[in-house]
Amino acid sequence: MTRFEAFLDTFFNVAVMQRYLPDIVAGFFVTCGIAVLVVVSGLALGLLLAVLRSYRIGWINFLIIIFVDLLRALPPLVLILILYFGLPNLGLTLSGYVVLWLVLSLVLAAFAEEIFWAGILSVNSGQRLAARSTGLGFLQTMVYVILPQAVRLTIAPLTNRTIAITKNTALGMVIGVGELLNQATTAQSFAGNATPLMMATIAYLILFVPVVYAGRWIETRYAWRRA
Amino acid sequence: MDALLHQFFNIEVMLKAWPIVLRGTGLTILLCLAVIPLGLIGGLLVALASTSHRRMLRLPVVILVDFFRAVPPLALLILISAGLPFAGIRLSPFTAVLLSFFLNNSAYYGEIIRAGIESIGAGQQEAARSTGLNSWQTQCYVILPQALRNVLPDLVSNTIEVVKLTSLASVVAFAELLYAAEMARSVTYNASPLIMAAAIYLVLLWPAVRLASRLEHKL
Amino acid sequence: MLMSVSGLRLSYGATEVLKGIDLEVDHGETIFVIGPSGSGKSSLLRCCNRLEEPSAGSIVFDGQELLAKGVDLNQIRRRIGMVFQSFNLYPHMTALGNVRLALRRVLKLSRDEADAVAKAQLDRVGLSSYISQYPSQLSGGQQQRVAIARALALEPRIMLFDEPTSALDPELVSEVLGVLSELKLDGMTMVVVSHEMRFARSAADRVVFMADGQIIETGPPEQIFTSPEVARTRDFVAQAAF
Repeated sequence: MTRFEAFLDTFFNVAVMQRYLPDIVAGFFVTCGIAVLVVVSGLALGLLLAVLRSYRIGWINFLIIIFVDLLRALPPLVLILILYFGLPNLGLTLSGYVVLWLVLSLVLAAFAEEIFWAGILSVNSGQRLAARSTGLGFLQTMVYVILPQAVRLTIAPLTNRTIAITKNTALGMVIGVGELLNQATTAQSFAGNATPLMMATIAYLILFVPVVYAGRWIETRYAWRRA
Repeated sequence: MDALLHQFFNIEVMLKAWPIVLRGTGLTILLCLAVIPLGLIGGLLVALASTSHRRMLRLPVVILVDFFRAVPPLALLILISAGLPFAGIRLSPFTAVLLSFFLNNSAYYGEIIRAGIESIGAGQQEAARSTGLNSWQTQCYVILPQALRNVLPDLVSNTIEVVKLTSLASVVAFAELLYAAEMARSVTYNASPLIMAAAIYLVLLWPAVRLASRLEHKL
Repeated sequence: MLMSVSGLRLSYGATEVLKGIDLEVDHGETIFVIGPSGSGKSSLLRCCNRLEEPSAGSIVFDGQELLAKGVDLNQIRRRIGMVFQSFNLYPHMTALGNVRLALRRVLKLSRDEADAVAKAQLDRVGLSSYISQYPSQLSGGQQQRVAIARALALEPRIMLFDEPTSALDPELVSEVLGVLSELKLDGMTMVVVSHEMRFARSAADRVVFMADGQIIETGPPEQIFTSPEVARTRDFVAQAAF
C-alpha cells in the first residue's frame, strides 16, 4: 500500500463512509435544528434587548449591560457544564439539548444586543427627531425609521458572530447531545478509523460555507444607493 | 436557597479544589500566552497573503480562511488530536491544542487585519512608495500601523474569544482551568468548582470585555 | 392666538439654554427668529413640539397646554409641521415613501389614500417627477422640498422651519424660499429660524431677535432691520446682512 493509499484508507475510507453515513446525516440534522433554533431565539432576544435599552431606563440598562458582559466573558462550555451538571442537584434536570440551546441562545443574544445597539446608536439623531416630529411614536420610529437603517450596518458583524456561535453546537458533544461532532467521534471510535471525522468536517463545510457567502450577499443587497 | 448555596457556593468544596484549580489557571494563562502571539503572527501572515497582488498566494489563503471559519474549533481540535494518530502522527495534548488553535486563530485574526489593511486608501501606499520606501517598508511603517489601529476593537474582542476558546482544551484532557474544575466537580459531586472557574474567567476577562465595549461604541 | 409660549425655560444640566421666553403666534402669521448661533433659536423651535423637554413654562397650542402631563404628543406633533436644517429624510425610503410613512402610521390612511395625498404634496413643492427617487439621488434643495412636503402632508396648523436653507449651496436656496413664499400666500402660520435676512425682511410679519437664550427685541421687519430699539439688535443686524 502506498502512502497515498494509506492516507485514503485512514481518512476517506469508502466502506466506513457507507457504514456510518446514516449516523452522520442524523447528526447533521440535529446540528441544523439546534442551530436554527439558536439563531431565531438568540437574534430575537438580542433585538428585543437592544430596543429595550434604547428606552434608556437606568436600572434596566444596567441589568442588560451586566447580562451582556457576563455572557461575553464566560466561555460557553463553562456555562454548559454548570447548567448540565449543577442544576440537577437543585432538582432541575434539563436535557443536553435544552442546555445547549439555552446557553448558545443567551450567548448569541448578548452579542446580538451589542451589535444592534451599536447600529441603533449609529443612526443620525436627526432621523429620530424627524420621525417624532411627524407624530410617529417611539416604537413606530424604531420599527420604520431607525431599525431599517441600523440593521443594514449590523449584517456583516452579525453574520460573523452568528456563524461563530452556531458552530459551538459542537460543544453539545461534551454533554451527550447527538449532534454532528458527537456522532462522528462515536463512529470514529467504533470504526477505529478517522473517516467519520472527515465526514463531519465536510458536513460542517456544507452547512456553514453557504452561510458565509449568503452573509456577504445580503450585505451587498442591503447597501442601498448612496451618493 | 440553602441547596443553592451548598451546590454552587460551597466554601469547603472550593477550598479543597483550590490547589488544582489554581494549577489549571496557571496552565490556562500559559496557553493564552502561547496562543495569542502565535495567532497574531499567523493572522498577520494571512492578512498580508490575502491582500497580496499575487493570485497564486491569495487564493489558497482565502480558501483556507473560509475553511477554518466554517469548521467548529472543537471539531478541528478533535480532528487533530484524535484523527492524526490514525495517520501515525502522535501529538501531545498541548501540541494538538496549540496547532489547532493556531490554525483557527490565524484565520480569524487574519480576516480582521485584512479588513484593516483594506480600510487604508491607496493614496497612502502611493505616497510611501513615491518617497522611495520599498514594499515591505511601506507595509511596516505606513500601512500596518494605521490598519491595526483601525481594527483595534475587533482585535481586542477576538482576543477575548481566543481566551475563552482555551476552555475547549479540557475536552482533549489538557489540564487547564476548566478541565481542573470539571475534575474537581466530578470528584466532589458539587458544582462549586465550576463556579470558581467561571469567577476566574470573569476576573481574567471582564476588564477586557469592558475595554472592547468602550472601543466599539467609540466608533 | 394659535400658539402662545410663556416663561419657557430649558436647561442642559447646569447650563440654561432658554431663560424665560414669551412669544405669541397669531393665525396666518409669519414670524422670523434671528440671532447669533447658540442663542437658543433652534432649541425654542424644538420645545414647541416637545422634541426638547422644557424645564419650566407653558406652551398653549390651539387651546391645549402642550407641557401638561398625559397629552397625546403624537397627535399634537402631526399638527405642528417641522423642517430641519439637515433635511433628515429617511435614506432607505423614496421621496414618496418619506411623505407616506406618517400618513400610513399616524393618520392610518390606506395605502391608496396615503399615496394620493403624498403625491399631491410632492406636486405642491414641484417634485411630482421625482417621487420614486431616493434622497441620495436628489439635490439638497429637492431634499428640503421633500422634507417640507412630508410635514405639509399631515395638514399641520403651523410650520416650524429650523434654518431650512443653511445646509444648501447658494444656488439652491431660492427654490426652498419660493416654497415658503407660496405657503405664506396660502395663509400658513409659520415660525422660521433663518439667516436669510433679505428674505426675512420681505416675508416676515414679525421678526424676533434672540441672544443668550432670551428674546431681546420683537417687531415688524422694518423696525428690526432699520431702526432697532436695542443696541444689541442693531449690532447684530449691521453685521449680519447688509
